[in-house]
Amino acid sequence: MSHLLPDILFYVFSALSVAGAVLVLVNRNPMTCAMSLVVSVLSLAILYLLLSAHFLAVAQMIVYAGAIVVLFIFVIMLLNLTDEELGRFRFSLFKTIGAFVAVATLLAVAPDIRVSIPAPAAGDAGAPAGYGSTKAVGKLLFGEFLLPFELTSILILSAMVAGVVLAKRELQPKKTHSLVDWLLGFFRT
Amino acid sequence: MITLQEYLSVGALLFTVGLLIVLFRQNAISILMGIELMLNAANINFVAFSNALGGLTGQVLAIFVVVAAAAEAAVAIAIIVLLYQNLGTVDVEKARNLNG
Repeated sequence: MSHLLPDILFYVFSALSVAGAVLVLVNRNPMTCAMSLVVSVLSLAILYLLLSAHFLAVAQMIVYAGAIVVLFIFVIMLLNLTDEELGRFRFSLFKTIGAFVAVATLLAVAPDIRVSIPAPAAGDAGAPAGYGSTKAVGKLLFGEFLLPFELTSILILSAMVAGVVLAKRELQPKKTHSLVDWLLGFFRT
Repeated sequence: MITLQEYLSVGALLFTVGLLIVLFRQNAISILMGIELMLNAANINFVAFSNALGGLTGQVLAIFVVVAAAAEAAVAIAIIVLLYQNLGTVDVEKARNLNG
């Protein structure tokens, strides 16, 4: 029975994850969409745990459910949008054709997803001790991937600056006050 | 027994649903959610292959994808707020000033 448990967990949480994604697609209320996104993302974190990616599972929970979805909910509540505007779907001939092609590609490819890697089966049993732990991932991150890791910090910094600059921009630009203007006004008084 | 194929199938399904969201939803916030789902679908493939090959490189790449998704969400949400300030809506069909 215990060797069946990972299989059952896989089926339950992969179904939950896909179901959450479908609810994001069909739901009209944006807040419900955000909650469905949380369900999908947390189920994916459980799938990462089944693949013994422990650090990544926790990072997924913190970053997605803790940061990104909070941003979504913040914006949904801040903008005070009407429901009928948010629930609208757009259909056109080309988009429908595109959707048909996407689904048909999935249906055509799905039976052919076969893997020629003679791998240990996915699951916690086959993995060596410490695989996917914070220590192992961190050693790789600060060793072999040190340069991409540091570049990532520049990416985040630029994203932060861009977010602040974009969100704080005034619609009508005010008259700029330079230091010289301030000094002139100071001495005039 | 769950093998790599099942995980890849879940990734393909999630990617298709995310693509349908991007195609058919009309407000920018939902489209952003679809993009996040597509990035997650790529991530599950990374982690599944990493597990099957016995290395950790795929997990590190998945961490980079998560970081890129977070940065992208922050900038995109700032753009959505700006779009709302300028047009009074987040409907992507209304934001067609460049179309004439």
